[in-house]
Amino acid sequence: MPRFAYFDPHPARAVTTQSPLHQFAATASGGESSVVLRENAFLDHLILRGESEVLIASVQAVLGLALPTEPQRLVMGEAGSLQWLSPDEWLLIVAAGEGFRLQRELREALGSAHFSIVDVSGGQTLLELDGACAVDVLMKSTAYDVDPRAFPVGRGVTSVFAKATAVIRRVDEQRWELVIRRSFADYCLRWLLDAGEEYGIDYRPAELGATISRAAVVDTETMS
Amino acid sequence: MFHIYCPYCAEYREEEEFHPKGQAHIARPADPTASSDDAWGDYLFFRDNPRGVHHELWVHAVGCRKFFNITRDTRSYAILETYRMGEQPGVTAESVTLAERDSERKTSDTATMQGVPS
Amino acid sequence: MSASQPCRLASNSGVGSQIDRDKPLQFTFNGQTYQGFAGDTLASALLANGVDVVNRSFKYSRPRGVVAAGAEEPNAIVQLGASEAAQVPNVRATQQSLYDGLTARSTNGWPDAQRDMMGLVGKLGGPFMPVGFYYKTFKAPASMWLTYEKYIRKAAGLGRAPTESDPDIYDHINRHCEVLVIGSGPAGLMSALVAAGSGVRVILCDEQPTFGGSLLDSGETIDGMAASEWARNAVERLAAMDNVTLLPRTTANGYFDHNFVTLHERCTEHLGDTAPRVDGRRQPRSRLHRVRARHVVLASGAHERPLVYAGNDMPGNLVAGALSTYIRRYAVRPGRRLVLSTTNDHAYRAALDWHEAGGEVIAIADARANPDGELVDRAKAAGIRIMAGSAVIEATGDRKGHRVNGARIGAIDIEGFRVSGEVETLSCDTVATSGGYSPVVHLAAHTGVRPVWRDDILGFVPGQTTSKVDGFSVVGAAAGLYPTGALLEDAVAQVVRALESDGIDVESGKVPDIDTLREGAAVALYQIPHDRPTMRAPKQFVDLQNDVTAAAIELATREGFESIEHVKRYTAMGFGTDQGKLGNINGMAIAARCLGQTIPQTGTTVFRPNYTPVNFGAIVGRHCQALFDPERYTAMHHWHVEHGAMFEDVGQWKRPWYYPQKRRDSANGEFESMHEAVVRECRAVREKVGVLDASTLGKIDIQGPDAREFLGRIYTNGWEKLAVGKARYGLMCKDDGMVMDDGVTTCLADNHFLMTTTTGGAVAILEWLEIWHQTEWPELEVYFTSVTDHWATMTLTGPEARNLLAELTDIDLDRDSFKFMEWREGAVAGVPARVYRISFTGELSFEVNVQANYAMQVWEALFAHGEKYGLTPYGTETMHVLRAEKGFIIVGQDTDGSMTPEDLGMHWCVGYNKPYPWIGKRALTRSDTRREDRKQLVGLKPLDAGVVLEEGAQIVLDPRQAIPMRMVGHVTSSYYSPTLEHGFALAVVKGGHKRLGEKVYLPMPDGVTHVAEVVSSIFYDPKGQRQNI
Ligand SMILES: [Zn+2]
Repeated sequence: MPRFAYFDPHPARAVTTQSPLHQFAATASGGESSVVLRENAFLDHLILRGESEVLIASVQAVLGLALPTEPQRLVMGEAGSLQWLSPDEWLLIVAAGEGFRLQRELREALGSAHFSIVDVSGGQTLLELDGACAVDVLMKSTAYDVDPRAFPVGRGVTSVFAKATAVIRRVDEQRWELVIRRSFADYCLRWLLDAGEEYGIDYRPAELGATISRAAVVDTETMS
Repeated sequence: MFHIYCPYCAEYREEEEFHPKGQAHIARPADPTASSDDAWGDYLFFRDNPRGVHHELWVHAVGCRKFFNITRDTRSYAILETYRMGEQPGVTAESVTLAERDSERKTSDTATMQGVPS
Repeated sequence: MSASQPCRLASNSGVGSQIDRDKPLQFTFNGQTYQGFAGDTLASALLANGVDVVNRSFKYSRPRGVVAAGAEEPNAIVQLGASEAAQVPNVRATQQSLYDGLTARSTNGWPDAQRDMMGLVGKLGGPFMPVGFYYKTFKAPASMWLTYEKYIRKAAGLGRAPTESDPDIYDHINRHCEVLVIGSGPAGLMSALVAAGSGVRVILCDEQPTFGGSLLDSGETIDGMAASEWARNAVERLAAMDNVTLLPRTTANGYFDHNFVTLHERCTEHLGDTAPRVDGRRQPRSRLHRVRARHVVLASGAHERPLVYAGNDMPGNLVAGALSTYIRRYAVRPGRRLVLSTTNDHAYRAALDWHEAGGEVIAIADARANPDGELVDRAKAAGIRIMAGSAVIEATGDRKGHRVNGARIGAIDIEGFRVSGEVETLSCDTVATSGGYSPVVHLAAHTGVRPVWRDDILGFVPGQTTSKVDGFSVVGAAAGLYPTGALLEDAVAQVVRALESDGIDVESGKVPDIDTLREGAAVALYQIPHDRPTMRAPKQFVDLQNDVTAAAIELATREGFESIEHVKRYTAMGFGTDQGKLGNINGMAIAARCLGQTIPQTGTTVFRPNYTPVNFGAIVGRHCQALFDPERYTAMHHWHVEHGAMFEDVGQWKRPWYYPQKRRDSANGEFESMHEAVVRECRAVREKVGVLDASTLGKIDIQGPDAREFLGRIYTNGWEKLAVGKARYGLMCKDDGMVMDDGVTTCLADNHFLMTTTTGGAVAILEWLEIWHQTEWPELEVYFTSVTDHWATMTLTGPEARNLLAELTDIDLDRDSFKFMEWREGAVAGVPARVYRISFTGELSFEVNVQANYAMQVWEALFAHGEKYGLTPYGTETMHVLRAEKGFIIVGQDTDGSMTPEDLGMHWCVGYNKPYPWIGKRALTRSDTRREDRKQLVGLKPLDAGVVLEEGAQIVLDPRQAIPMRMVGHVTSSYYSPTLEHGFALAVVKGGHKRLGEKVYLPMPDGVTHVAEVVSSIFYDPKGQRQNI
């Protein structure tokens, strides 16, 4: 009997693809804007669960990433980014279409251990935030301490964001990322544009028509 | 607005990230069928409401989603400790009562010295 | 003095540090136009223009003038705003910066405070409204309150809210710091300097536009420079440090648990009626800073206490320190001839400033027998008459009471509370008083710590806060420490100690040099005795805003109110926008005297947030209008909008409710009613095929070797035999045996399941699974992950569902190879999908699940192919009708937390023989859950086919019984069924399962009583054949 069901969500041929924010057009603040907001849509998002001792070697081998075991740590590498969410939960974000292949390889590497890998790509999207006032906009939106003095590059947290929730990450000196849930995305974006108004905020939507091809065409692969 | 140290995230986080789940250390009877109606009713419905030290179960709902325990003083709302599931409290009503008696003695000495009416 | 501003001192006077005489501003008060200067407050500008009467009092409608210069001002409360939309009530003129075009009116008084028509009413009203008026009136026939209330409200306006919506925006921001310093007087500035020097993050806030507090007008010398100069230097140094956030015009209003402090910053309120735009972008009018601080340093200073004497409410009576503030900061001397009545040396500064500003000081009445100190000496040297052992027992005024015209000064015996000698009347236009200083303990009290009285400083100081609140220090005058040199030294020591306790190195540096004045001891005096007893003397006001007099407090104590909290509520003392900042201590002292107690025995009342009123906008921030609450959208949301859907809120989700179409028979393009749309949608599903956006259902991915065991413990029914490829309906109970959620769970692989929950239960059920796993069964190897948003779900249902889907998929849909309660995987419209053959309508149904980003590809393909099958989108209302016809429950609608599976007639879904004592099992054998007369779910068929019963309607067995009738249940779901062509309902009825065939009655409020027959809850296709075609 198969232990886990595989499912590659991406169609074999490109079809209509819509990000949760597809209806927002580019906006420019008019004046000099000090916050720029971009959607980086259609990435593959996976939730990895397991004891860190169980996952660490396979993650290193398959992803080339050191599994962050310290709370609130985010590591970035060629394969993508891997963020600590809880002592037994991580968020892996990789390029569009890569998730299914990596999931297979991880499952194979992990063998009979107890773990879980779940594709959540359709359920969330990634926003990038940068500019001189990006931190001010974040401070209006979350009670977590996002002061750059307290929030170094390579930190990522899950917290309350306005009246929704978000994963908040600092990926370099100027640049921040928000991982927001699909159903709340419209609200979150409207909130950000409103909160950024006093500083001047530009929004750049995801590129349309991104073609996501399957890494491997496997409909129902099973593993014993 | 509490500031709560999550023992799993290993840092203080705002109360809005947490949900309180009631009194801690209430174990489900291992064999419910052997428990009398009264005992089962106690397990389901009866909780302590102390003035002073209280052990509570909380969850870091918007965060690591882990359940953990808080020892809290219901008089001052001071959080005396937080600890992981499966662990026992280090601060109890008894230990706090002893410490308070101690510090009251000290405070009354100081007050007399400074001549400050209490 | 210029003609237009008769009380403004000349530019060569050397005072007026806050104003810019090169920037004159026009403003309007009560319809009259005046001129002031940039930097003025509305109060200083009114005083500069010689405006004495700024308001009418709340209860007696007496004319009132400015008495103070800060947040403690009880009288100068105005209604601000030139246009209707810009109206702001209850603004303190002492804290409102002047701007060009400012328009304000008195809060009380009609047509204005000068010519008050309500004065007559007030004079009548006074005797009608004795102390305890509200309570006494309530004791009278309660119906009279309505009459009285209208009359009081009209007489005593409390400001009014605008009737148009506010054009401004407001903001919230979260801040974190190691040290928050509240107040920027000497102690606050010093604390901020020391803390900032260590490199930690510091926030310094002050309610004034300029930092410096008392240093701005103290006249002292610090480190060889004027105090105000020293303050300016300190602020410049702080501003240059990037670890320091300076927040002027910002009031710390609430001090909450664990050093959480709310600061209210008035960002643009000093610039105009509405916030000016920058580059066309809106700017917030005010901002609420939510600060989490490691250490809070309270440097909120002290408020000077006025003395209580007859006629003390007339314009021209001020607290002494306010005179120094108006003279030195704003170059305003609000009168010519001053009499000062004091209990302490410090207040002499006001007389000296008045004198230096060219005013005449008629006399200083000093309550002490032998005033002695450097300031006293200076006054003597200036030739000012000092009347020792005496006080102003009464201020007299002109006929209308618009301005003080004299002061009656008498020798007093404080201990004996009597006038002990001759009373002399002196002519003057201003009476200033000082009864000492009250540390501003409000914020400390917010933490729950009671203030403590100190006889040596004659004031309450914060109680033992350090033992109760970690990281809290009180410095300077707020701690009752007044000499500048001593308080600077203490502030340094406290901040160093606080930071060092956290292991932070800090340079204390040199404490600034300052000459300390020798001051004589103050004397305790609150109410000045009059030559007539308090009850018969002219009114001596304690709380000016609420018109509470000394006599009222005396009366309250005589009527038996001994607790100060009761006296407060009985007299309304401290109830106003100023929250008793000036009057409370005096009131307590009077109550203590009347009760023969000391002040500490009487105690103080509790202070609660907010310190000063905060406008609603600041509280709301941007959580309003479209951002009031998140709206959650599915991947097909915009299609629903484009197709005219009406939406139903389910939690935060927007779900299509029904899709009204243009009426075919209508020439004007009218839309269907809800009833018409639902009838059409129901028929489409029962006869052809409909599609529902079911994406909002909660979905939880469950993986692990113990996943199956876990399901068996959490659900009431069995899971051990569910094969891969199959799905099963499950019911969840709490451990009290009551149904809490339901849904279909699918076996994806042996260790892998997908659970669905109700839309509203998604978050709670995931937490429910986690709590059992983490707290009771950590040994079970299983993980839960929410995939609610990941999958978009489309329910195709109706006899044509298979034919339509077959056009789009490679999955074999044959009824025997893809059976009911099974799932298959394949492509639908080119998109990988999991398809479940489950049904919530009773019809043949396929639930198509795809990754949400591809949902619109599939949804549009369904419609592209669906027309020939009559594909109709349907909403939640149709879903409800269809499921109710089948007797399918909705948890939370047909259940209410008191229904067991058996009450719902769902014995088939309970696995009593499962080995593990699953959640809810034990409770189902309690005697109460076995009762035969429990409310049980049944169907109701109204005898009149046209009747649709009301949901919630109560059910009785005998309609002729007397009211109150014995109610045996209620309707939980009720609709019109287009299929059955009559109304029908689900209901819970006591012992209902045994009442099938009986008649029950539903008496309605309009007198009509409906009759219904108790029937099976399954109204349609009881054998379940239609889903199996
Ligand atoms: Zn946590």
